[in-house]
Amino acid sequence: MRSLSEIETTAKRASRAVGFSWGNSEEVGKSIRLLEMFGLQGIKNLNHYYKEKETKNFEDLNLISEKNEPSSEAFCPIILGISFLDQIKLIENFDSIHFKKIAHPVIFLSFLSRASEISGKKIHFKFDQNEILLNLNVNISSNILNQEFPKFANEIEIKFVNNQDNFTDSEWNNLYKLAENTFVEESDSLKQGAAGAGLTDND
Amino acid sequence: MKIKLRDPNIIMKLSRLGSFHQSKLSFLRSFLSEFKDWDYNRDFFNLDQEGYGEAVYSFKKKDRVYSLVCFANPIKDEERSDRVIATKWDAAFTLHDGIPSKDDIKRLKDQVPKQEVGRLTFKELTLSRANKSVRVFNHVVECLSEGRQPDVNLLSKVGYLYRTTAVYGSGKFGLADRFRIKNREEINGPFRLEMMLVYLVRQFTFDQVNHIAHFKNPNKAVKLDDQICKNLGIGNSTGLGMAPFIVNHPTLLNNWILSRETALKEIREIKIVENEDSELFIDCVKKSLTNITSWNTDSEYQQKKISLLLKNVEKFINYIENNFDFKTEYPFNEIYLWLEQNTCEECIEYIVSIMMEPYSNITNPLVSNMSSDEDKYFNIPTNRTVQELQDIIEIKYPNILDINFNQKENHQNFWFISKNKEEPRLADRFEEHGSELEQPLAVARDIKKLYEKLLSEKNNSSIAEFLSLNSELRHVVRRAFIIEKFPYSEIQDNTISKNIVPIDMLRLKLSFFGALKFDPRSDKWLRICMFQGAPLPGELKSYDEQWVYKANN
Repeated sequence: MRSLSEIETTAKRASRAVGFSWGNSEEVGKSIRLLEMFGLQGIKNLNHYYKEKETKNFEDLNLISEKNEPSSEAFCPIILGISFLDQIKLIENFDSIHFKKIAHPVIFLSFLSRASEISGKKIHFKFDQNEILLNLNVNISSNILNQEFPKFANEIEIKFVNNQDNFTDSEWNNLYKLAENTFVEESDSLKQGAAGAGLTDND
Repeated sequence: MKIKLRDPNIIMKLSRLGSFHQSKLSFLRSFLSEFKDWDYNRDFFNLDQEGYGEAVYSFKKKDRVYSLVCFANPIKDEERSDRVIATKWDAAFTLHDGIPSKDDIKRLKDQVPKQEVGRLTFKELTLSRANKSVRVFNHVVECLSEGRQPDVNLLSKVGYLYRTTAVYGSGKFGLADRFRIKNREEINGPFRLEMMLVYLVRQFTFDQVNHIAHFKNPNKAVKLDDQICKNLGIGNSTGLGMAPFIVNHPTLLNNWILSRETALKEIREIKIVENEDSELFIDCVKKSLTNITSWNTDSEYQQKKISLLLKNVEKFINYIENNFDFKTEYPFNEIYLWLEQNTCEECIEYIVSIMMEPYSNITNPLVSNMSSDEDKYFNIPTNRTVQELQDIIEIKYPNILDINFNQKENHQNFWFISKNKEEPRLADRFEEHGSELEQPLAVARDIKKLYEKLLSEKNNSSIAEFLSLNSELRHVVRRAFIIEKFPYSEIQDNTISKNIVPIDMLRLKLSFFGALKFDPRSDKWLRICMFQGAPLPGELKSYDEQWVYKANN
């Protein structure tokens, strides 16, 4: 088995070899390492992408807006991912972000996961029939994790999920009531000797 | 009195970094200190009469066990090479996490001797190989088998029976990634498991030499005297492979240097020095002279440095004995200021290291700050502005900005990865091919490029905007934001100049390892000795912390 350190170094060097700058290649190394750590096919997809890149002119998107459409070939998932990371403070204010045509979306996914950590918000990534929730770079949940990841995404929507509870107040209160059963009612004498007892609040 | 940390623009120059010496902060010393309470054992020793076979050594505490698995194999003299291109070695080693099963040993026997072309698993933590110093090893076998101890003069000239030619860790060749073990308290210090491997290998070399001598002449053979063993370490041949490490790990480098600088600052701030502390300091300085006078090298460059160091240390001893009173307030500050005025860089750093000897209370807490979770500082704060980045560069890289990279001698060399062995190399860009595949190690040149580019940008543009059009400078944008928080993260020198002495980069790292007796064999590789004078495993529970200065070299 390859170690994550080997994966990161090789992905970085390969990226430099196909023409990315050293700084961008470092980003790719980190991202592919992350995918493999999450059990996603980073190395496999990066290989495919670099093979395709020999014959196709994937489009670089440097400035992200709410709606983004390439003029001909699909967006490069690497430049798109790096732009997303770099512009996160700006684009996290958009209600949603739409893209058309991204090559090898799993590569882009790794950058979204890191963006989720930087912004401190979960990111909902929906493309075609697939939905993925990126949870602060701690985990990734999806309805396609056990399938071959699509090599192409046609219609993509990204939403930042506001930090909110996953449960209702009544569900919380029910559980809290149960938790209260581990507490002990204090006697009056104990209350009188507790921290702060005997002092006025105006001392 | 408040003393400022020393200026990174002085300390992070290569000539200064190349003058560093081992200290209490060095990794092999902090390793011994951490593992002194562990149970050491030789678990398995299955060598034939010629000394070939397998052996296992371990350190154990509660449920945690680290096992060194050793494989000694016959090789022909003509196959023995310290160069990284070698494919066979006298012995190969791995540090296994836990107790290796029979299946593990079988697997490791197949893979470990192959080194770079073998595959290890997450159950292995470090990997290494070593060659005999044939002259010394054979001499020791010969003497022991005849019932006498070897010639200590010969031994002291070399200092070891074996020298390692590489020690790998952190995910190389399938070894465990650092993240798998980083939360273990006992390895909360850099290279601790690499140090453990080298230390246990040292013991293997003694056991092997005794074993061979015994079978050569069972009736007459004696064991190598413990005091002689103690004065032997493990040699190491180190090439350029180590140099890029300190460039590629900026926050780690910062934490090493910052710990050293913090220790020095705190020692200079001591108002009254206790008698026993000043006596220990002076004793270590005097005894350390043996280390200097027994430091053998054929390198003219190093001989000059040693000679000047010796003169300067003697001058310092004279000053301390005749013109200095430790009863004066802030004595170590006075000493430091005197050193700056009167001695060379090598001597300043030599004495700075020894100043730490009496002060475990200062150095021990710093040891745990010497690792780094580098991923935490990887992301670039792209919402910052061009003006802010420009300011950082002006403040943090003032001397770098003065270098004229249009002059040929300032960009004469380039760093590349050799296709043959996947190792870093340095070459003249005007004489060798391949500079288009240059590694991103010319930080000074690229920082200057970045600065010049920033001057033509709008000051209030964001870094995100800047990077969208200047991705070729991304690697140095990242570094500039790192140095903003980590002042000692960058070598403040030109790593591609005509005059670069790459072994300065190696020495920096090796001094933090705790190496002694740097012996440059060219400007690109050197030999060193580790653990010479160190306690033997059986002595760890109670040993003299200043052993470094008390070896009978």
